[in-house]
Amino acid sequence: MATTLASSVETSRRPGGRGWLTILIFLPPALLLFTIFVAMPMGEAAWYSFYNWNGYGRPENFIGLKNYASLIGNHAFTQALLNNFLIIAVSLAIQLPLALGVALIVSKKIRGAVAFRMIFFLPYILADVAAGLIWRFVYDGDYGLVSGMTSLIGAQPVFLLADKNWAFSAVLVVIVWKYFGFHMMLYVAGLQSLDKALLEAAEIDGANAVQRFRHITLPLLGPMIRLSIFFSVVGALQLFDMIVPLTGGGPFDTTNTMVSYLYFFGITRMRVGFGSAVGVVLFLFCVTFALGYRRFFMRDD
Amino acid sequence: MTRWFSQRPRGGLASLAQFAVLVIIAGIVLVPLVATVLGGFKELGDLRANPFGLPKVWVWRNYWDILSGVRYWQMLGNSLVIALLTVFLTLALSSMAAFTFAHLHFFGERFLLSYMLLGLLFPAATAILPLFIKIRDLGLLNSHWGIVLPQTAFALGMGILLLRNAFKQLPGELLDSALMDGCGYFRYFFYITLPLSTPILATVAVIAFVSSWNNYLLPLVVLNSENRYPWTLGLMAYQGEYSTAWQLVLAFITLTILPAIVMFVMAQKYIVAGLTAGAVKG
Repeated sequence: MATTLASSVETSRRPGGRGWLTILIFLPPALLLFTIFVAMPMGEAAWYSFYNWNGYGRPENFIGLKNYASLIGNHAFTQALLNNFLIIAVSLAIQLPLALGVALIVSKKIRGAVAFRMIFFLPYILADVAAGLIWRFVYDGDYGLVSGMTSLIGAQPVFLLADKNWAFSAVLVVIVWKYFGFHMMLYVAGLQSLDKALLEAAEIDGANAVQRFRHITLPLLGPMIRLSIFFSVVGALQLFDMIVPLTGGGPFDTTNTMVSYLYFFGITRMRVGFGSAVGVVLFLFCVTFALGYRRFFMRDD
Repeated sequence: MTRWFSQRPRGGLASLAQFAVLVIIAGIVLVPLVATVLGGFKELGDLRANPFGLPKVWVWRNYWDILSGVRYWQMLGNSLVIALLTVFLTLALSSMAAFTFAHLHFFGERFLLSYMLLGLLFPAATAILPLFIKIRDLGLLNSHWGIVLPQTAFALGMGILLLRNAFKQLPGELLDSALMDGCGYFRYFFYITLPLSTPILATVAVIAFVSSWNNYLLPLVVLNSENRYPWTLGLMAYQGEYSTAWQLVLAFITLTILPAIVMFVMAQKYIVAGLTAGAVKG
């Protein structure tokens, strides 16, 4: 109500001379910086993606859609794409229920609830590179914690990150380890704003714990769950920093994500046209998802 | 009393089980971190024989050598300079733009706002190659500005969105009466809008600071002199040099994540609130 009142007052306000001066001083710096470093590079990515160009001189060797075509049959790229979808699948099937379950426990008056919340959130504030390096140590077959376990049971040293069947699963573990605390925090915030009277009324009416969760807590948490899914997918699509210290995309290009593929195959080899095409594909995924998801799932939130 | 599961009938046993679950998960979260800190105190052979336990001999030298060298402090200094410049520019530019979008109405306003919010839809990685070319052509390669300016540009969408919503919440009568009394937009912005919006400004600052502090891809593409590296790049370079000496790498990791952990413990309320509230409102 207050906002409608405010906005009705505001719409009647047209900038006078002083208003225009404010606009002319306040808006251009942000506009300029955004145009130069966000909008133009994105437009240029679309432009460069039609060229075979090494970044020097001007792009002149026009090759049409060849950069895109070469992505389709490319094993490393399709693997990277698949990996991105695997991250999303694990985020939704494992990370989300885990975060929700933990959130339900730590929002109760349980001993040390606040301390537990902080511990679970801690990995989220670490940089991905640091988390990646820590887990590279954990997985190290000679020195790490995995080696400690194998030598404890007298088994041969295992190098998970060098095994092409296991390397990406190992990466997925690190992702859940680092990010579930953030999603838990979202659910804790959601649970705190939940109307407890509803739960108590249901309890008095004889609803058991499962029924209360299924019919009250879960629907009321809907907006938070949708938000958490949104961040899982967006985060999965741009995952890069963690891949470099853990596996560098190896073994045999089995652990790349789209961004690390873009880095190793586009940037380090200065294939600007090709890398831009990868960027455009990634852009299309991100924008389609963000707009589609907001339109269909977050309309009421 | 909040109860998401029935606690009353067999509350003791059920909550004990839940407590046990928390302890186990906390163990999984903490063991890699604790092993990293302790590993920095070990000798290489000790690390190999006993990765879990306490060091046989506490080797303070691993840490001391890093702390007494220039390298570590230079990296942290670089990260701090980059992050502070990014935070300052993000706050300044996005609060000014958000102010005009919140209070002044002009032709093309909606279009410009949606244009500025486009940046929220995709990560910097999508345009990283053309961005590299742009930074190179502007002569900003291998400089801190080459990181600060693009980081700010990509943070503007988030900043403008959060700040505009907050500025609109301020009572409109306040601005009307201020204008009536002859207070200009500039003075209103500096003396009323900004002081009344410190919580949301802090949220924007926390988000911009943390993402700059942890940024890896952009510095990786922009910088090539090691003395300009932020800690994320410096850590990877150090690991590349001493890859076989895990005890040194672990000590280095510990020291580089230490500032973030200390900050987190000291200001956990604000950081958690900032990072999650920013996510929820954005």
